[in-house]
Amino acid sequence: RLRQSLLGRLPGLSNARRLLSAPPSGMPPDDEKPMFPGSRSSFTTQLDFIHPENFEGIPVYRLVNRRGDLVDGAPEPTLAGNKDLCLQVYETMLQLNIMDKILYDSQRQGRISFYMTSFGEEGIVANAAALNPNDLVFCQYRESGVLMQRGMELERFMDQCYSNDSDMNRGRQMPVHYGSKDHSFVTVSSPLATQMPQASGAAYAFKRMQNGLCVVCYFGDGSASEGDAHAALNFAATLDCPVMFVCRNNGYAISTPTSDQYRGDGIAIRGPAFGIPTVRVDGNDVFALYEVTQQARQLCLTEMRPTLIEMMTYRLGHHSTSDDSSAYRSVDELSFWDREDNPIIRMRKFLTKRGWWSDEQETATKQAIRKRVLQKFAQAEKRLKPNPMEMFSDVWARMPPRLRQQMEDTRRHLEAETSHYPELKNYKPIADVE
Amino acid sequence: CRSLAARLGPVCLDAASFSHRRLSFGPQFVYTPESADKSLGETSRMNLFQAVTSALDNTLANDPSAVVFGEDVAFGGVFRCTVGLKDKYGKDRVFNTPLSEQGIVGFAIGHAVAGATTVAEIQFGDYIFPAFDQIANEASKYRYRSGNHFNCGSLTVRAPIGAVGHGALYHSQSPEGFFAHLPGIKVVIPRGPIQAKGLLLACINDPDPCFYFEPKILYRSAVEDVPVNGYVLPIGKAEVLIEGSDVTLIGYGTQVHVLREVARLAQSELGVSCELIDMRTILPFDEETVYASVCKTGRCLIAHEAPLTGGFGAELAASVQEHCFLNLEAPVRRVTGHDTPFPHIFENFYLPNQRRCLAAIKDLIGY
Repeated sequence: RLRQSLLGRLPGLSNARRLLSAPPSGMPPDDEKPMFPGSRSSFTTQLDFIHPENFEGIPVYRLVNRRGDLVDGAPEPTLAGNKDLCLQVYETMLQLNIMDKILYDSQRQGRISFYMTSFGEEGIVANAAALNPNDLVFCQYRESGVLMQRGMELERFMDQCYSNDSDMNRGRQMPVHYGSKDHSFVTVSSPLATQMPQASGAAYAFKRMQNGLCVVCYFGDGSASEGDAHAALNFAATLDCPVMFVCRNNGYAISTPTSDQYRGDGIAIRGPAFGIPTVRVDGNDVFALYEVTQQARQLCLTEMRPTLIEMMTYRLGHHSTSDDSSAYRSVDELSFWDREDNPIIRMRKFLTKRGWWSDEQETATKQAIRKRVLQKFAQAEKRLKPNPMEMFSDVWARMPPRLRQQMEDTRRHLEAETSHYPELKNYKPIADVE
Repeated sequence: CRSLAARLGPVCLDAASFSHRRLSFGPQFVYTPESADKSLGETSRMNLFQAVTSALDNTLANDPSAVVFGEDVAFGGVFRCTVGLKDKYGKDRVFNTPLSEQGIVGFAIGHAVAGATTVAEIQFGDYIFPAFDQIANEASKYRYRSGNHFNCGSLTVRAPIGAVGHGALYHSQSPEGFFAHLPGIKVVIPRGPIQAKGLLLACINDPDPCFYFEPKILYRSAVEDVPVNGYVLPIGKAEVLIEGSDVTLIGYGTQVHVLREVARLAQSELGVSCELIDMRTILPFDEETVYASVCKTGRCLIAHEAPLTGGFGAELAASVQEHCFLNLEAPVRRVTGHDTPFPHIFENFYLPNQRRCLAAIKDLIGY
């Protein structure tokens, strides 16, 4: 059933189903078929424009509803058959949520410079749970849940946000621009959608290496409008790259609602246009998400081709600490999703009904998480920033003489004028030679 | 193809000999073939595009991870740089991409991030701009922003550049100036086949993402005996081609051959001894060789096809005057393309040709 929806059901246009499900054909035997290079359809005398508004959109795959009940007739979800994994996923979502709250507040207090939360989109943890830990992940910026599911330690998130001497990026990037080679998570960069064609290329290399791994590429509904997004999908399809594209359609790109972002049926409809098997899923249903991810990964690797998952969700938080979303959306809209439809609340309901979770466990677990997060937070805050001379390394693999000269000039300047740079006391000493 | 045909004989610069029916366009020079170091072994007669093919052939033969791709690469490429490679190494290693420069470079970066040797072709340097975001914001910053957790060092992007006689706005550009401004990448421009192969192999083996610009007019017109085996030439090192005492001439790519003529004419017409430097690498550039030369001669002329304002010559001029000020007998001069788009029928008046360079030398000597 899932496989059928991967090819899409588009009632109202009989040719379309054939277009999407017809296998590539060779030269037709008779001259009543179009002979154009690459053509695989038939002639018609019926002049019909395809009116996209006549299509019912690609359906949303869902297994567990908002009340935490398995939908009538839905098969038992794979994830639900693994209690330990369910609880681990749930606790990770809670930890992400609590860490987000603490770090968001720390920015408001002026302790870190910037932050972005994943409120409402914690379900991404379930998507990550269905991957191989060595599948290479390229992401946008709201996928900390993937890194957390893969086991990156709490303090490393905070060290990066504080740009301190333990920061994996050596103090060079704004907060939430995480990366970790150990966790196969490529470092976040601010420009949108640039990671997408890179993911296609990395997947091509993986295919040639025959390493049994795929590449996973996350992006948002807004990023999907960028040129790089279209190039990525086209390259992945034409070059047969085992990359799973996952679009977090959370309804907004900063203040721009999806109604201003596209006119077609979301991002999912574009997949088939590029020749990519596609599914749309309820991103707030961790069970559906897990199922879809498993199947997509399987498809990528057995058929050596890309897949596209559009996970429908809702961005509960502001775009970032530089945004106040009350300026462009209503409290009513927000409180509906906050109360009724987000990954944490829906999974909690399911687990509780299964007898795997209780209010007492909820309280106790949250307390323990909060204590752990605050402890790591306090440690990260105390650490010194890196030696300012680290500003000059890793630009090229080896520092060229011209840059070394700039580094030496800077060192001499800071040493001569230390009193004019009181902030230096918060950094590792300049004199330390790296 | 005819426009790229060999320009091997001396080109008459006497205006009166131009007929109205046939005008001679493009950079006007004689290509002086060089010879390779004997220690590099067996050679074969190759033009510049064949030298490129040879470098790619060596790479694909020795590095199983290596792939070569771009628009029209599979059949051999519009400049024939990849002829025969698909048949020899297979279509999974030598392949066409869809028509998207941002896609080509983005895909190439990711392929390199996965650890594989990657040689991407952009069909004309004039079309590299859609990829500029990937180059400026991604490739050049990959290692730095990730604290060296990740890098795309195994990436090389090749593109043809420069005047070709009739290319006009969109088949003649020299974009190296834009790339000189990106810490984190390397930018290399060869002057002939032996240089081309060694420098391309150096780029492919370099741990940083490299941008390798091939002067397209030299593809067929530059022919030398090139070593058939692999060899590397140093990136970041300029080369003094002619030693002299009165004026330092600095150029790269095709312009080096124009400047060779200029040096000869300066000696015969003006009695001026010129030292000629081929930069070879634009970024990071060889400061030591340049400053040593200008401090010796006291006069500096920089020539490039790219427009004047903000061109790479501006960086060289600023650096030279900063480091050689007390040794200078005259201001640093630049003879370059004008601050206009690259024109069609006016190419001969646009380029930094021999007469313009010679006139500048006269100014330098008479300052």
